[in-house]
Amino acid sequence: MSIRRPAAIPSREITDEEVYLRRRHFLQAAAGAAVGMALTGCRAEEVSAGPAAPGPAALSGVVKGPAAFQTDEPSTPFEDVSTYNNFYEFGTDKEDPARRAGSLRTRPWSVAIEGEVARPGVVAIEDLLRPHALEERIYRLRCVEAWSMVIPWVGVPLGEVLKRFEPTSKARYVAFETLVDPELMPGQRRRILDWPYREALRIDEATHPLALLAVGMYGKVLPNQNGAPLRLVVPWKYGFKSIKSIVKVRLQEAMPETSWSAENPREYGFYANVNPEVSHPRWSQARERRIGDWKKRPTLYLNGYADQTAHLYKGMDPKKLY
Amino acid sequence: MHGSVIALLLLPLAAGVAGTALDRLGANPVEEFTHLTGEWALRCLLLSLAVTPVRRFSGAAIQPYRRSFGLLAYAYGVVHFSVYLVFDLAFDFSLLFEDVAERPYITVGFAALVGLTPLVVTSSRAWQARLGRRWVALHRLVYLVAILAIVHFWWFVKADHLGPALHAGLLAVLLGVRLLPRQPPADAGNRGWGAGLGHG
Repeated sequence: MSIRRPAAIPSREITDEEVYLRRRHFLQAAAGAAVGMALTGCRAEEVSAGPAAPGPAALSGVVKGPAAFQTDEPSTPFEDVSTYNNFYEFGTDKEDPARRAGSLRTRPWSVAIEGEVARPGVVAIEDLLRPHALEERIYRLRCVEAWSMVIPWVGVPLGEVLKRFEPTSKARYVAFETLVDPELMPGQRRRILDWPYREALRIDEATHPLALLAVGMYGKVLPNQNGAPLRLVVPWKYGFKSIKSIVKVRLQEAMPETSWSAENPREYGFYANVNPEVSHPRWSQARERRIGDWKKRPTLYLNGYADQTAHLYKGMDPKKLY
Repeated sequence: MHGSVIALLLLPLAAGVAGTALDRLGANPVEEFTHLTGEWALRCLLLSLAVTPVRRFSGAAIQPYRRSFGLLAYAYGVVHFSVYLVFDLAFDFSLLFEDVAERPYITVGFAALVGLTPLVVTSSRAWQARLGRRWVALHRLVYLVAILAIVHFWWFVKADHLGPALHAGLLAVLLGVRLLPRQPPADAGNRGWGAGLGHG
């Protein structure tokens, strides 16, 4: 494959999260003082209480990924990335996962690797990751709901992980499943989707170097609401392809069924490639709101990763790859 | 009392404005504000539809509230639409045309707002007197507007229809009670939907 995107950007250009949070608290406290007690009394206390509760633990040994896997766009603040989530296993409001995902226990955690592989098995997450260096990669994330973020993920290339299990010649697709446990994932007590959440990629998509198995973001362990302890990141596809809290990976010959296309086949297909020319029945996909912006910006074909991924779809009608 | 109820129903709007100014609406304030104003437009509309049945069953003299609730619903609806027009479409009317033409949930939502407009215009006593019986007929349009608003909400939601279903259930009750005979059943033979609706 071709990796032609030129260089990009040192992490010092990302707004430091703590600086950001301090600034935010300051602005809120200042505004609160101006407006009066009624709405903002509690903000002032928060500020005077000193630093916020400790966030997720820092990850050690993270190396900067290749330049082709970065972007020079400013990263979305950690606070926004960790409080604005679509993770229906914890509720359907954007703020539900941040509020409710504390119930998820991410250790011990193991992943079943099944199907068309020479070496299937159930692997503890530590063993799954051990041979690989953790890389930081700054990707755009484009949600089908026409908003987007820029997120510095930490993870390992999916293709390299899959290789260790020796896919057979019949392994044409890779299917993923999220944990099902209504005790740990209270959103699953109602049948909002047909749990478990399922997603899949074609094998050449899964082994594309952009496809990442993420375990962290912003240099820290992935917050539960962002898909801890192990999630997929496929930046040229709509966000719902990037399945969270993975417990099963199955390689197979037939095209797997995926959750959203099973739920509503008219609106969601298998590929879900970002494409401004293909409107969703609910959302024009021509433009997107980058979180933090008021106005929308144009959406790029394959979310700006066309140089690296368009060859995967040669000979296919891009309008059918929704 | 009447003034306080109106002020109370304007609180969500005030909270939304304050929340935006103070950056308290989360990562996507435009979306949050749009949802908030849309939901309250629908709730005020349902409140306006509740006035007649409540008055009928309780005898409370609350008829003046009906107009206020209707106007509040429209105000929320206009703000809801304006946020979308300004921040989502950046005043690009070709995008508006495309959305209304191609996205069913927007088609019905837009139709609901348009349909409510003549009712707002003719909501004064003077217009009521001028239109006479035709006023009653015209204002039956509110039932269609309410159904369109529910459909808009329902089609907008991706998978979890609990919220729309609760509002739809409420609307069904409010429309259903209008079908109840107004007098003991013996006397109700020829009273159709319209007869009950004429007062709603």
